Amino acid sequence: MNINRLVIQRGAAMNPIASFLKYFNWHIAVNSLFARLILQGVIITISLAVVSQLAGTLIGLALYFLRRSRFVPFRWLAEAYIWFFRGTPLLVQILFAYNALPYLGLSNPLRNLDIFTQLGFVSIYTDAMLAGLVALSLNEGAYMAEIVRAGIDSIDIGQMEAAKSLGMTYAQGMRRIVLPQAMRVIIPPLGNEFNNMLKTTSLVYVIGVYDLLGAAKAIGDFSFRTLELLVTASIWYLAMTTVWGFVQAYIERKFNAANIDPALREGSWWRRMLGIRGRPAPAPALAGGALFAPGVEPPSIQGDRR
Amino acid sequence: MAVYSQASQAQVYKATAPMVDAQNVEKTFHRNPVLRGVSMQVRKGEVVAIIGPSGSGKTTFLRCLNHLEKINGGRIYIDGELMGYREQPDGRLVEDSESNIARMRAQIGMVFQRFNLFAHLTALQNVMEAPIQVKHMPRQMAEEQARELLRKVGLEYKADAYPSRLSGGQQQRVAIARALAMDPKLMLFDEATSALDPELVGEVLKVMRQLAEEGMTMVVVTHEMGFAREVADRVIFMDGGYIVEQGSPDQVINHPTQERTQNFLRKVL
Repeated sequence: MNINRLVIQRGAAMNPIASFLKYFNWHIAVNSLFARLILQGVIITISLAVVSQLAGTLIGLALYFLRRSRFVPFRWLAEAYIWFFRGTPLLVQILFAYNALPYLGLSNPLRNLDIFTQLGFVSIYTDAMLAGLVALSLNEGAYMAEIVRAGIDSIDIGQMEAAKSLGMTYAQGMRRIVLPQAMRVIIPPLGNEFNNMLKTTSLVYVIGVYDLLGAAKAIGDFSFRTLELLVTASIWYLAMTTVWGFVQAYIERKFNAANIDPALREGSWWRRMLGIRGRPAPAPALAGGALFAPGVEPPSIQGDRR
Repeated sequence: MAVYSQASQAQVYKATAPMVDAQNVEKTFHRNPVLRGVSMQVRKGEVVAIIGPSGSGKTTFLRCLNHLEKINGGRIYIDGELMGYREQPDGRLVEDSESNIARMRAQIGMVFQRFNLFAHLTALQNVMEAPIQVKHMPRQMAEEQARELLRKVGLEYKADAYPSRLSGGQQQRVAIARALAMDPKLMLFDEATSALDPELVGEVLKVMRQLAEEGMTMVVVTHEMGFAREVADRVIFMDGGYIVEQGSPDQVINHPTQERTQNFLRKVL
């Protein structure tokens, strides 16, 4: 008798997957995918990610020029900025921004622009959204600064000298010659940053933003179906990052249209999505062979990038 | 009246000024003197070759001429205009505004040892870029001119090729066309053939020789003694940051008077 009870108890404990599946309701997870609050959360998550990434990229670019400034305090300023935002947790920065915002006495431009309610969504806490936006942008700027610097500094200094020798100013040379080339170096890590950003925005749920995670937590905790709603959120996050993987592959193909340096080309989109940096693609067969006179030796790259 | 005569004096000077007038140019890299007072003139239409061992300062001097390097002493006048600096009333030099430097550089073509073609642009776009950006030339006009220049250097059929698809010699010829697109009054060549495979040197020298025959004012830093001997009007030998010897190619290359020139030529010839 005792032995029998033990066996039953052990059996129950030994098969956690079965007991989990018995509790877990897939219908709730799937049916919640298009719940109004969740859809609103998706929109907020995408908006936060896109705006923060754009702002962060611009901040990163600005930091590059501060760092390269002749005016030494500007350089210190940039270094201090990067040191601070890379050295403290993003969660702390988000909480700090949220709690500091009221003391800054800034009117919140998002507050009067409640497009979400006009679209029929539940109203949202725009103060928290703005705080999240500020923290994410400033933090991303510090990371983008490194990426932008690596991109620009990878371009041979001779490119700028050639531009200057033709009568271009530094700004013209940057805009027309150096930055377009640096973009090819910047875009792959920028794509990875955005993939990260799509997921990192979930941190703002702690300050009460109903982003995707915030919405899922709200519904899940209210209905005691937290697990199902977390799966709902995960499906959405996966969907967003997968779509982004395609978009990124497309953008990179476009920017590599010149095929300037085959060694820089990335592998296939699925490799990138799985995070496999992979071997560089093999040099292209001489497509468009009409351009190349027979017997011409393979391209020397010494002239454009060392 | 006095003001008027001053102005006309300046005009007369500009009309008769040498294309390059370098006076006692000094340049120091981290306390390491590279140019120790170099003075030279280049008349309009003259081809001057600068030769000398590596480290003699010849490349640095050339880069000073279009202010890619700042100078620590002396003055450089290009066609009568002070290059890179403005003279204060008290005689001190302060660096000129960026737009002024750019305006003067636009009239000076430069060809680099490592070509420095814009890697993201085709050969044609490389040649079109500066006239459009700097001279605000209409696109169509710039393209016609670029095709004409590519024809001149024998690369019209490579107009749509990217630099990485061109051989070194072809890249350098595109680079020459790119410099010519600004219609420069002075061309600087910084060891234009030193990075080339030996069999590709000839095609570049041919273009340079053609330019010289057309009357272009050229300063050519080179290791090609044959080219210096045949094309240059004057040869300058530099060593240790000084001009050691200068004169006609025959004088300097065939009958050098200075021991350092003789030593150098013995090694390279």
